[in-house]
Amino acid sequence: MLLRKLIVATSLILSANAAYAGCGATAGRVNIVGNEFPAIHTVVNAAKACADDNVSVSANLTADHQKINLAGLQGNPAEYTSAIIANSSIVALINEDVIRPLDDLVARYGQDIPKSNLITVDGKVMAVAFMANAQHLVYRKDVLAEIGVEPPETYEELLEAAKLIREKGIMENPVGGAFASGWNLATEFVNMYLGTGGEFFKPGTAEVAINNAQGVAALEMMKALSEYMNPDFLTHDSNATGAEVEAGNVALMNMWGSRVGVLMDEDGAEEVVYSNVAVGGPMTVAGGSVPATTLWWDGWTVAKNISDEDAEATFLALMAGTSPDILDDETMAQAVWMIDGYEPAPVNEGVFAAIKAQAKPYPMLPYMGLLHTALGDNLSDYLQGKESAEAALADIEATYTTAAKEKGFLN
Amino acid sequence: MKHKTFFWFVLPSSLAMLLFIFVPIVSVLVQSVYVDHEQVIKEVENCGPFGCTTTTAVDQEATQALQQASPLGRFAGLDTYLDRSHLAIDEVRAAWNSSNGMAEFYAKVVNLPFYKAMSFTLAYTFIVTPLVIIFGFIIAVAVNSATRKIRGPLIFFSLLPMMVTPLVGSLIIFWMVDARGVIGAALQYLAGDPDLSVKASTPLTWVMLMVYGVWHSAPFAFIVYYAGLQTVNSDTLESAMIDGASRWEQIRYVIIPHLLPLTTFIALMQLMDNFRVFEPIVSFSASAHATSLSWAIYNDLGGETRQLSSAAATSVLTILGIAILLTPVLVRTWRDFSRK
Repeated sequence: MLLRKLIVATSLILSANAAYAGCGATAGRVNIVGNEFPAIHTVVNAAKACADDNVSVSANLTADHQKINLAGLQGNPAEYTSAIIANSSIVALINEDVIRPLDDLVARYGQDIPKSNLITVDGKVMAVAFMANAQHLVYRKDVLAEIGVEPPETYEELLEAAKLIREKGIMENPVGGAFASGWNLATEFVNMYLGTGGEFFKPGTAEVAINNAQGVAALEMMKALSEYMNPDFLTHDSNATGAEVEAGNVALMNMWGSRVGVLMDEDGAEEVVYSNVAVGGPMTVAGGSVPATTLWWDGWTVAKNISDEDAEATFLALMAGTSPDILDDETMAQAVWMIDGYEPAPVNEGVFAAIKAQAKPYPMLPYMGLLHTALGDNLSDYLQGKESAEAALADIEATYTTAAKEKGFLN
Repeated sequence: MKHKTFFWFVLPSSLAMLLFIFVPIVSVLVQSVYVDHEQVIKEVENCGPFGCTTTTAVDQEATQALQQASPLGRFAGLDTYLDRSHLAIDEVRAAWNSSNGMAEFYAKVVNLPFYKAMSFTLAYTFIVTPLVIIFGFIIAVAVNSATRKIRGPLIFFSLLPMMVTPLVGSLIIFWMVDARGVIGAALQYLAGDPDLSVKASTPLTWVMLMVYGVWHSAPFAFIVYYAGLQTVNSDTLESAMIDGASRWEQIRYVIIPHLLPLTTFIALMQLMDNFRVFEPIVSFSASAHATSLSWAIYNDLGGETRQLSSAAATSVLTILGIAILLTPVLVRTWRDFSRK
């Protein structure tokens, strides 16, 4: 009798394990490509727990994911069954038609996914978001207290504070920012231009329209900020800017919410630095009401060119990877999770402030990537004083127009 | 050698060349004369965690129909080559007509991406190549005249810069020239200017990239010359010595003429390599100050939207550039060959 009970109990446990291991999928192949930072590791590790004899789960997480994800999804069958992307990079995948609508899978398995996490394009669910990100003010409490200034709410106030810090001899270059020529610099312009109330394109068309008063105002503010930055600012990406903060050289900056956590921990900085790093909301510019920042989400997709079985396994594995079960003391602070049961930590207040202040999401337009590249290539000439703001904006428009013609967006 | 034997002898390598060199070049050529289809854009409503917005998206069904009708895209002929991102014929003409004097014309032309890349690529090629040859030769002669005991370690250390992966080697120098790095701080001290920053100045960035190029490639010239020095006829050297030739005269009249064919070889390799300068620009984050043709290709392919036709056109222009650069050296080699 006892033996029989034991056998039943064991088989129950085993079957429960099997159900958990497959995350509900009976068979299939899961292969995920994505960016490399702690929050994504957490998601992928949880998805990997779904692997069993019939379901294989592997992943390739790299900072260069954008250069490989399109090629990895284009084959038939595709090498990757899922790409983890953000609101900027999903556009290239939609343009090339390599990710599948998820409506039927959501209807069958995804009742627990919060409605607001479903990214719909033209009524079709194309991705499931799991975290939010934004750039916002990061400052040194002690330095602002020393000059007797409240945390700035506008870029103009930030410049005044920077001036005071320099005049008092506390820091030579108190402002930081990811101004590295290329993608980073272009992102800063996108932030600033939205803050001035500018529109990137003539409504409903692919015709660029940034050579205007708002464009000039955005550039002038960026130049004013760069005067208070380390002279090497055009080589500083987010990592290098973080290093400047940890070295105690920077007191004010606009920085990604996902990158503040490492500035507040004990690694790599003196106590006076890490215990005084604080976050504020996003700043406005030139009297505008919309914050000069963009909202971002990270989410997962399912490839189009794979079997329905693989798609189902991928969907279930990533749903498990972004389920409330992944949240614990360690993972809670890794990101602003859009998952039930998430409790914001102080480090995340900046991103929430950006959402609350109704900052605009980064535009999900098919031709925005081309404009972003054109911005990254042409802004540095102006910031180095080689040409006027109008000339730089005209160069950007010309570069974009050439590329958009080649890609068939303009004629 | 009989024709038949010769044929079977070269067949494997000809096949490999056809497959791995000729076919890819043809595919790049074809890609460069086509551009993408007209994208059919429609208005859509996008929803997400931050609310709904009306925006535009590519109409997949309509675009797919276009794609199936002509899989290669639209034929554009030389349009991509002539557009603003490449040869920019219209822009150069406009700059020529509107400029007073060469300086203004030059400033306007190097503001165009292709000519900006070209100006650095050519400056890099023509400054680094001779310097590599000169330094390689000096190191080879110096090592060759050292006592046999220490030659092994000397050769090893002289080769190190070439063994270090280019990306890693340039990152090491990148941090050394930082305003707070060893070289950067030393330069500030020597110049008496505490604000001096190599990375913030265009001329200094160019110098830094070229110094890196010489540092990285000189060992190649060194090892070739060193091998050549082992074949110098010792009888000729001895008779030169008996005739009272000084050390310099021995080098000038015996060694240099002996090593001349090797110089042609090194010049060929270095012209090709330096024209494709790429890694240092990426790892020095120097694209604000210096770009090259290879960097332009990388930049076209690395964005969120890949510009394949633009990259293909730049690749073909790079091949043409290398062909033009190598012509004088190849003509010279051919003449030497037919003289014999």
